[in-house]
Amino acid sequence: MGKTTGFMEHGRELPRRRPVPVRLRDWKEVYEPFPEESTKLQGARCMDCGIPFCHDGCPLGNLIPEWNDLVYRDDWPEAMERLHATNNFPEFTGRLCPAPCEAACVLGINEDPVTIERIEYEIVERAWSEGWVTPQQPTVHTGSSVAVVGSGPAGLAAAQQLVRAGHLVTVFERAERPGGLLRYGIPEFKMEKAVLDRRLAQMEAEGVTFVCSTSVGGVADAGSPSGDRVIEPGEERGLGSACAPGVQVRSAAEVRAAFDAVVLAGGATLPRDLPVPGRELDGVHYALEYLKPANLVQEGALAASPITAAGKRVVIIGGGDTGADCLGTAHRQGAASVHQFEIMPEPPSDRLADNPWPIWPLILRSSAAHEEGGERLFSVTTTEFVDDGSGAVRALRGHTVEMRTEGGRPVFEVVPGTEFELECELVLLAMGFLGTERRNAVDELGVEVGPRGNVAADREWATNVEGVFVCGDQTRGQSLIVWAIAEGRSCAAAVDRWLMGTTSLPAPIVPGQLAMR
Amino acid sequence: MAFGLYDPNYEHDACGVGMVADLHGRPDHDIVDKALTVLERLAHRGASGAEVETGDGAGILVQVPHRFLVGAAEVAGFTLPDAGGYAVGLAFLPIDADDAHKARSLVEQIAGEESLSVLGWRHLPIESEGLGKTALGAMPRIEQLFVAPDGKADTMTVERRAFVLRKRVEHASDDLYFPSLSARTICYKGMLTSEQLREFFPDLRDPDFESGLALVHSRFSTNTFPSWPLAHPYRYLCHNGEINTLAGNRNWMRAREALLETPLIEGDLSRIYPICTPGASDSASFDEVLELLHLGGRSLPHSVLMMIPEAWENHTLMDHERRAFYRYHASLMEPWDGPAAISFTDGTVVGAVLDRNGLRPSRYWVTDDGLVVLASEVGVLDIPPERVVRKGRLQPGRMFLVDTSKGRLVEDEEIKAELAAEHPYDEWLATDQVRLEELPARTMLTPQHGRVVTQQRQFGYTNEELRIIVAPMARAGAEPIGSMGSDTSIAVLSDRSRLLYDYFTQLFAQVTNPPLDAIREELVTSLAATIGPEANLLEARCGSCRQILLPLPVIDRDDLAKLMYVNEHGETPGFKAFAIDGLFDVREAGRAGAPTDVGGEALRRAIDDVRKRVSDAIADGANIIVLSDRNATADWAPIPSLLLTAAIHHHLVREKTRTKVGLVVETGDAREVHHMALLIGFGAAAVNPYLALDSIDDMISEGLLEGVSPRQARRNYIKAACKGVLKVMSKMGISTVASYTGAQVFEAIGLDAGIIDEYFTGTSSRIGGVGLPVLAAEVAERHLRAHEPRPTEQAHRELEVGGEYQWRREGEFHLFNPKTVFKLQHATRSKRYEIFKEYTAAVDDQAEKLGTLRGLLRLKPAEDGPIPLDDVEPISSIMARFSTGAMSYGSISAEAHETLAIAMNRIGGRSNTGEGGEDADRFTPDANGDLRRSAIKQVASGRFGVTGEYLVNADDLQIKISQGAKPGEGGQLPGNKVWPWIAKTRSSTPGVGLISPPPHHDIYSIEDIAQLIHDLKSSNPQARVHVKLVAEVGVGTVAAGVAKAHSDVVLISGHDGGTGAAPLTSLKHAGIPWEIGLAETQQTLLVNGLRDRIVVQVDGQLKTGRDVLIGALLGAEEYGFASAPLVVSGCIMMRVCHLDTCPVGIATQTPALRKKFSGKPEFVETFFEYVAEEVRELLASLGLRSLDEAIGRVDLLDTEAAIGHWKASGLDLSSVLAEPDVPETMGRRQLRLQDHGLEKALDHQFKDACAPALDGRGPVSMELPISNVDRTVGTLLGSEISRRFGAAGLADDTISLTFFGSAGQSFGAFVPRGVTMRLYGDANDYFGKGLSGGRLIVRPPLASPFVAEEQIIAGNVILYGATAGEVFIRGQVGERFCVRNSGATAVVEGVGDHGCEYMTGGLVVVLGPTGRNFAAGMSGGVAYVYDPTRSFGQRVNLELVDVEPLDASDSFRVRSLVERHGVETESAVAARLLEHWDTEVLEFVKVMPRDYRRILEATRLAEAEGRSVDEAVMVAAHG
Repeated sequence: MGKTTGFMEHGRELPRRRPVPVRLRDWKEVYEPFPEESTKLQGARCMDCGIPFCHDGCPLGNLIPEWNDLVYRDDWPEAMERLHATNNFPEFTGRLCPAPCEAACVLGINEDPVTIERIEYEIVERAWSEGWVTPQQPTVHTGSSVAVVGSGPAGLAAAQQLVRAGHLVTVFERAERPGGLLRYGIPEFKMEKAVLDRRLAQMEAEGVTFVCSTSVGGVADAGSPSGDRVIEPGEERGLGSACAPGVQVRSAAEVRAAFDAVVLAGGATLPRDLPVPGRELDGVHYALEYLKPANLVQEGALAASPITAAGKRVVIIGGGDTGADCLGTAHRQGAASVHQFEIMPEPPSDRLADNPWPIWPLILRSSAAHEEGGERLFSVTTTEFVDDGSGAVRALRGHTVEMRTEGGRPVFEVVPGTEFELECELVLLAMGFLGTERRNAVDELGVEVGPRGNVAADREWATNVEGVFVCGDQTRGQSLIVWAIAEGRSCAAAVDRWLMGTTSLPAPIVPGQLAMR
Repeated sequence: MAFGLYDPNYEHDACGVGMVADLHGRPDHDIVDKALTVLERLAHRGASGAEVETGDGAGILVQVPHRFLVGAAEVAGFTLPDAGGYAVGLAFLPIDADDAHKARSLVEQIAGEESLSVLGWRHLPIESEGLGKTALGAMPRIEQLFVAPDGKADTMTVERRAFVLRKRVEHASDDLYFPSLSARTICYKGMLTSEQLREFFPDLRDPDFESGLALVHSRFSTNTFPSWPLAHPYRYLCHNGEINTLAGNRNWMRAREALLETPLIEGDLSRIYPICTPGASDSASFDEVLELLHLGGRSLPHSVLMMIPEAWENHTLMDHERRAFYRYHASLMEPWDGPAAISFTDGTVVGAVLDRNGLRPSRYWVTDDGLVVLASEVGVLDIPPERVVRKGRLQPGRMFLVDTSKGRLVEDEEIKAELAAEHPYDEWLATDQVRLEELPARTMLTPQHGRVVTQQRQFGYTNEELRIIVAPMARAGAEPIGSMGSDTSIAVLSDRSRLLYDYFTQLFAQVTNPPLDAIREELVTSLAATIGPEANLLEARCGSCRQILLPLPVIDRDDLAKLMYVNEHGETPGFKAFAIDGLFDVREAGRAGAPTDVGGEALRRAIDDVRKRVSDAIADGANIIVLSDRNATADWAPIPSLLLTAAIHHHLVREKTRTKVGLVVETGDAREVHHMALLIGFGAAAVNPYLALDSIDDMISEGLLEGVSPRQARRNYIKAACKGVLKVMSKMGISTVASYTGAQVFEAIGLDAGIIDEYFTGTSSRIGGVGLPVLAAEVAERHLRAHEPRPTEQAHRELEVGGEYQWRREGEFHLFNPKTVFKLQHATRSKRYEIFKEYTAAVDDQAEKLGTLRGLLRLKPAEDGPIPLDDVEPISSIMARFSTGAMSYGSISAEAHETLAIAMNRIGGRSNTGEGGEDADRFTPDANGDLRRSAIKQVASGRFGVTGEYLVNADDLQIKISQGAKPGEGGQLPGNKVWPWIAKTRSSTPGVGLISPPPHHDIYSIEDIAQLIHDLKSSNPQARVHVKLVAEVGVGTVAAGVAKAHSDVVLISGHDGGTGAAPLTSLKHAGIPWEIGLAETQQTLLVNGLRDRIVVQVDGQLKTGRDVLIGALLGAEEYGFASAPLVVSGCIMMRVCHLDTCPVGIATQTPALRKKFSGKPEFVETFFEYVAEEVRELLASLGLRSLDEAIGRVDLLDTEAAIGHWKASGLDLSSVLAEPDVPETMGRRQLRLQDHGLEKALDHQFKDACAPALDGRGPVSMELPISNVDRTVGTLLGSEISRRFGAAGLADDTISLTFFGSAGQSFGAFVPRGVTMRLYGDANDYFGKGLSGGRLIVRPPLASPFVAEEQIIAGNVILYGATAGEVFIRGQVGERFCVRNSGATAVVEGVGDHGCEYMTGGLVVVLGPTGRNFAAGMSGGVAYVYDPTRSFGQRVNLELVDVEPLDASDSFRVRSLVERHGVETESAVAARLLEHWDTEVLEFVKVMPRDYRRILEATRLAEAEGRSVDEAVMVAAHG
């Protein structure tokens, strides 16, 4: 059980981030290597708690004390086993998860928590480099087939679990390559895409078939010569932004008929808009309209992004992770300046009394991107985009707000006399997502959508349509990658049970399960 | 008479025993008269129930008073033959005349068949005026039967025929009982008090009623169910004690019947079977077997020694022949194990024997005119001191015998030497008995490496078990430790597939008999046993011991191979092994959550099949049966090995072939100590836990277990397992594995009666539960894991993660889980009742996850709707019923301890010191008005810090008999937590781990606890005295006994509570839920009419208002909480309390960690306010205005429909909700106070006279007579001094009291400084208990003719827990002298076994012989022993101490003490030594604890160098 007094002897330590000027230039991940010995000592800090709140705080139920201990005791292969016992893709969460486990770490009550996420990263990276991560090819085939629609973390997790259960699994992806937000939302400096590709290769070796540039459901664009570009009726901007050019459309009914079960894992891709005067101006974009081409450039699929921050004054509206992703990307593209707006007031630096351990701390978080520059403004709202005369944005107008709660909901009031104008050439809207798109398999199959815009699932992850299941953001709404993987795993177990009458696949969560609060 | 949860099988009794004899056996009425006086003087050791005039039983066994009977017969109209030519006995006949007539006819008819004639029935005169209603109501018609042989026959023939007659009659009729029927002795007894016996039977007062010897007995039963036959003596003996292995002994005896043969008893023996009457008491069964052995041709002493052998196994000093005698007889019969002082007689010899532990006192005197008196206490007969020529005590394992035919005492050595020489036992053993290590070696194939994981899955291994249980055992050879109790679901409430083992809990000794101390008193224990066929018990011959000697009951695969292939090539004739697979067809057995009848049926059929094949094999000559589950396949799964073992065992017992074979179990499912214990307890002679051993190899090869070789690891594991089994045995007070085998000292929770009756016959299982279909499905679930149809579904998941010991999402449900801990802390810290309700909902709502039995109970709302909340009593009066649990200062930090104390004092509740003393600065309020004093002061077996001052500063004094986490064990505080400030409060050595003894060394029986209660009440008459028990089957009867022992409060703890460190086996597998224990207690107290005189408390994982209310409805009026207030104080259930690394500053003494403590009294107050508020809400919903109205209202409870649950649906809680049929008027809660009888104390005769001394008006001295009924003398006086002057007391010798006579028990208990008590005479047990500064001197009366230093002058367990003071004893004393002494100075002239045990401080000088095991567990203080014969080295336990010569300062110190001893006692020894001091001083040795020395040196060095002493000491301690 690790070292019983480790937490009293060693402090929390993380690898250093590479110097800002260097990392801004090469787009690579920001951390320097961490010596093995340091990782082991960090593992020794784990207290092997009677109630490991970290293990509860993690939606996947990662066996954190177990692998902390194994790392401390230098048993890396076993640590990798234990890590994969609950998590299909620790290399993703090890980079991208905001680590609710660390927020729940018991040591965090009165000390710095254990560097759980980093240890996870070190274990899995070592496992990859040592060649320990091998395909788990199923030895028994059931003859059943499952279509997974969407190849983000939820779809991938479901697919991997289902293929290991012996089913024939096909993953449909409307973009040109699989990965969803992992590939086109997450910037390279947070996760290099090679990390995704090696995992996809493992899945293919296990038997998963990926069918890209294919939308399940949707209407072909009649105006397109090839007739194969998906258009979204309604024409909200940004919809379908993740689509590949030249995407194929397969009718949802046909897919449903061709497979014994269908898993919808298409995400919550409807971005929240900011309907203020000037919204239609050039230079005002949804975050993902901006991030995807940036990633395509890094991937080599695109020579230059049509939307670049180079030399521009940039305003990002939205203080969350997507905003931070835009921030880091903008700096790397050579933005002249970046401002990040957040309508909420600046959070405290420490937990408030009504936000105690072990629940998620509502405190000011600064990511690596924030350290690279830019200015964060809190309690501000935007009221208007100003035309430069040519149909492009020249500036935005806004003012400071004051928040109060009314009936449990926040209400923002203008603080008189705080109006301002900020000059900018690029505005990125990173204000969250509103739920599932509908003009595709959802509407075509008649899948029920709940009041919050997400596909409704029952206790068995089933939609109202026989044999059609759903997981990930498409039912949960926008969330964390770790929830997506947990949903995919759990949904796979339900699909397996539906197909076979019984399952031995693990199911870490039930639909709609929330973090403790 | 069983009712609800009450079962008369669990009654216990104990008693005072006495014997009076003339050395020459000259019949005299005076002997009878004296014996009756002895009985009357032992009255305080007996008891009465709700009615004072109804006794628990008293009786006398004497020689047949021939002269008297001749006259009596004449009056009755018949003539008697010569003495010895007839048998006579009292007969308890039915009251109804017709029934009585039928009974007499039956006797006469059977007598005729046995060649006996009934000479006559004498109507026995009785005088029943003084008897209580209960006794009268149950009184039988009492007559006297005389039978004589047809034709001529010698006395023994008459005796044997009468025996057969009596046996047959008793089997033929339920309402006919003979206290005795013998040509040699006669017994008069009944449901009487000691004083009533003489009055009740006029015969006993007749001057013609003569005997040369007499045994008397006064009984203290744990309850008051009317029974006349249960009084002692039995036909041959009186028994003070308890046979713990009774169930096994009876089963073995029953199995043995098939092999019994003797020419001495005419005819077919089967007509007297069963030998052991079903349902009879332990003493009765013991008597029946003793009788058989004796009438089968052995002398009475021989027979007694077969049943209660001394501890020969580890006795290195014992001579060869005697060992052989014991070894030989061990192959015939297992010991009847348990605390026992047996006095016995056949009319010619009369004697007594003490069990191997010597846990019952027995003292004897011999006078110059040949009178021998033996009794539980000294001083029970007034004999002029000048007549007494010898005073002795019975020693452990020793026999005391008067042979009236020889007219002398026969010494133990002589008896045993004679018996040992009777046959060439040694030769027989050499020829026949085979040692396991002598068997030819065989090799067993190691299973393929790849199969281990499959097997582990097959048997449900988890990573957690490997990590937490198996690996530590293999690494360290010791059982793993855990903390904070158990809050997981019991097996029957669990959704998971659980091992059958989990449905059983270990029984443990509490109050009525002591647990053993297997750690410090290992020399009385033995793990060795024999395996192989038994022979005719009644015949001594070569060939009877053709068995294999197993040194340990857990064996590795090589040993298994030796047994399995024994005599394969004819090299070990006489043995034949038969191995059989225990598998069943699992294909349609369903799985967890979905049991099938087909599966249950398949399991049943498979067991039947194995049974049949084993029977066939036995018929074929097999005598070693190996039951194996190694060969499971994809379709055939292992039968749970416990089920298989018990099923075969009971089958063979029923077939009476059981003693022809030994059972060996080769099993993959056993890995924990509990598993081994169960297999052995249900009949296995040897267990091979192959998978645990294979797993160890596997872990080593996988790199999961390092630093130990595979061979050593396996050895370590077996050692840990065996040590663990020994500990489990010792919790029940069982010393040898031979008698533990098949003893079934377990209780089942959640098993259906069908399974119990068929396979676990005789085991208690009171709430029903699952049947074979569920057991089959549980196996099927695991089997599926081993044979996954699609293995990659479990990719990266070789084994399940576990979650029993540490919470895991995929593991077992815990009541304390992330959500409940968080909500509770959040609610109480932010003072938000709505969040508290979320917390209680998460605990109470067990609709999906069944956590507790109370979760299955439903509160019935009031029919007329709820009453207004305002009508319900306020929270303040509810909170006054709350207390916090016993957590010692030491186990938790001062910050945590004081937080609880302050909070409880603020709300009017009570906090508990736990077993660690309390700093005196907490006795006075702080400046802000807060009081940090704990209202409840605990008195546990370690007696840490239990001083007179501590006791007077209590509102409640709690005797901790057991604790939920580890009933039957002592507490332990690891050395790394004994920081200097902790050591100071406990008077111990810093850095040295403290183990409190498993037993209280002053509670070996129910009458002992009465004594301790009396002592404590005397030490603080204003405090209530509690007794804390843990729920197990029979706890209700123990509680009834405790009520009769005048406890003010009894606390019933659930099995699951517990905050301190405990072995995981105990944490998980001992004790039962409090719901059952509390209900049983309430029912038993009510049925006995005792409920209204005692307060009942409950604790054990109480967390919410609902928990409290359920407790109230089941019968408790007060409620204890421990874990929950700790969580409120910041505990997050790390469960590392034993490691001193508590990261929230609670269970730690490390200064840096203590700083992290974040608890506040306000949080704890809020918690209790909220709980009380919930209680109010619930009361209102039930239509009740107060808790008083709720207590015992089981009618307001209903069984929640658990119908949906695949396991719990089989439960039947109706016995928990049963309401005894007692009058409405009978109090259902405490309504009146106990009568402690303190006004009778001798102290009242001198207390007033001492007042001037207390007022500073100068010293006082007095002289008084004293007798053994004057108990706890000096304590009341002492309590006044302590109350007024604190620990300082008065100046030395301010009060000087001199007594003449025999002092009762606990003379000088807790007496503080300033009081000197001199005793001319002798003293009983517990002399100087808890001495707190006073001075005690005991010396023989001036007129005594004997050599003082050769005599026993004071009893056992002297200076137990003494903290200060001085004692000078001229003469020798008994066992466990100065046990747990932590500060007193004592000089004595000889001590029994276990001297200075557990001593942590003080100074002892022994000027005479010492017994064995001196200084066991001694970690502080110093002893000096005079050892002119240089034999001390063999008697001292060197585990913790060094023996060395004295240095100059030692010599000076010893000399001055010897001088003082001389002055105080006029000791001849002292005079002799001083006369030649310069040479005699060389004969002394010094006993020095190593740790103590290290700390002393570190302290000295640090002081010299000006460093921090605290730090230096801890460094030295850890170094």
